[in-house]
Amino acid sequence: MAKTTAWEKVQLARQLERPKALDYINNLFDEFIELHGDRNFADDKSIVGGIATLDGKPVTVIGEQKGKNAKENLERNFGMPNPEGYRKALRLMKQAEKFNRPIITFIDTPGAYPGLGAEERGQGEAIARNIMEMSQLEVPIICIVIGEGSSGGALAIGVGDKIVMLENSIYSILSPEGFASILYKDSSKAKEAAEDMKATAEDLKKFGIIDDIIKEPKDGVQNDFDKVIKEIKKYLIKNIDELEKIPKKKLAEQRYQKFRNM
Amino acid sequence: MVIDKVKKVNEAEKSNVRNEKAADMMIGKWVKCDACKEIIYKEELHANLSVCPNCGKHFRLSARRRIKQIADEGTFKEIGKDILTTDPLEFKGYMKKVEGLREKTKIDEAVKCGTCEIEGEKAVLGVMDGNFLMGSMGKAVGERITLAIETAIKKKLPLIMFCVSGGARMQEGIISLMQMAKTSSAIANLNKAGLLYISVLTDPTTGGVTASFASLGDIILAEPKALIGFAGPRVIEQTIKQKLPEGFQRSEFLLEHGFIDKIVERKDMKETIAELIRLHTK
Repeated sequence: MAKTTAWEKVQLARQLERPKALDYINNLFDEFIELHGDRNFADDKSIVGGIATLDGKPVTVIGEQKGKNAKENLERNFGMPNPEGYRKALRLMKQAEKFNRPIITFIDTPGAYPGLGAEERGQGEAIARNIMEMSQLEVPIICIVIGEGSSGGALAIGVGDKIVMLENSIYSILSPEGFASILYKDSSKAKEAAEDMKATAEDLKKFGIIDDIIKEPKDGVQNDFDKVIKEIKKYLIKNIDELEKIPKKKLAEQRYQKFRNM
Repeated sequence: MVIDKVKKVNEAEKSNVRNEKAADMMIGKWVKCDACKEIIYKEELHANLSVCPNCGKHFRLSARRRIKQIADEGTFKEIGKDILTTDPLEFKGYMKKVEGLREKTKIDEAVKCGTCEIEGEKAVLGVMDGNFLMGSMGKAVGERITLAIETAIKKKLPLIMFCVSGGARMQEGIISLMQMAKTSSAIANLNKAGLLYISVLTDPTTGGVTASFASLGDIILAEPKALIGFAGPRVIEQTIKQKLPEGFQRSEFLLEHGFIDKIVERKDMKETIAELIRLHTK
């Protein structure tokens, strides 16, 4: 069987029918209560979050939510958060720390929204603050890239003790189109860029950026979603259990060192 | 007057005059202010801190000139100079480009950090340089800045960062993205140590630098009319399919929207920073 190329992975990661954050949330956890709003400006629907139970244990979950059709994508802004989305995520993460709940994030975004309002409300500041605060939280954090993890918009919910990628997801500094447009002055060279960027799970594992890769069925997650869910659930339970054994201060210090060495 | 100067320059270029005065008029010694279109004698511009004497436009500064303007003479001691560019993606032509730039600009990376004194106050100073790959942040830049932050923590000194950047460095891919996490986490440690961090945003500060340490200062200053934002104006225009309003993403716009503390002209920058440091040491 021929190896899936980076560009093919980009296509798989972006498939409309590929499961989105809420599909994972609804299937991994026994219970999920969604919580809304950043207490400041709005409720950003491109980021969902709330409290769930993992095998009976309360956890805080946050996910970048894309749509599965045009209507849903309009509602979810194609999974491109505005500052209030990141601020909602931070609020929920701080809440998790207060109540000593582990945090699980699902990354799936083409990037933070590059809009007028986003700039007016401090997109850069919102992302910077999330990254900084996440590095200090004294609860375990596991981040899973489920589709497209692109730029600071992904990293804003991506500073964790364990960073995991699904086999056909990608995690990169920018979309291949954006990368091609900047470095090759031609956005149609996205295919070439996808290879050059080295953004597949395998590449990131080699760089030491991610900890683990979760296998996918042939042609993508949706072809045997139950199996992938079982795999992730097992992974979460095992790793949260291990991370919770580490004293809180040491956990944050260890997380600092993890990123310090990148 | 502008036309006269241009004429003079053109004449000097055309004729083969050998006297000193005429040679001085050679085009390389003059710059045109792209704000007011005034032709300025370079030395006059530099004597005026690289601010247009006619309209007050703040020209972009090299790290070398910036350090000269901010640090007391002879006090700057560079740290992290041996941290150099790496090529994790083995990206075609990248190292060659870097080496060419080093040769041409005599700069070895897009940031220079060190300890220094500012009006006698000890500090750690980091200055980015837009002449090196648009001040973009790759691993060497992230390392140097993190080392500077850690030095500030170790020596209990305030940290001053002058930012100018096109964002994360594309040629180093995901490694560049992770420098945002590295530098921001280090700032969190600086905060825990109770130390002052002043971030100064200069033209332009965008992308991954805006979305990390640049936006995390206890006090955030900016030079007048600097372009500051996360997404670049061209990307936003393509997204919203409209022209952006005049002054969008400029320092004055950020001040109005509550994202910076103060706009400081270059002539007042050193004094302002020194005074802020003093207010935190009393």
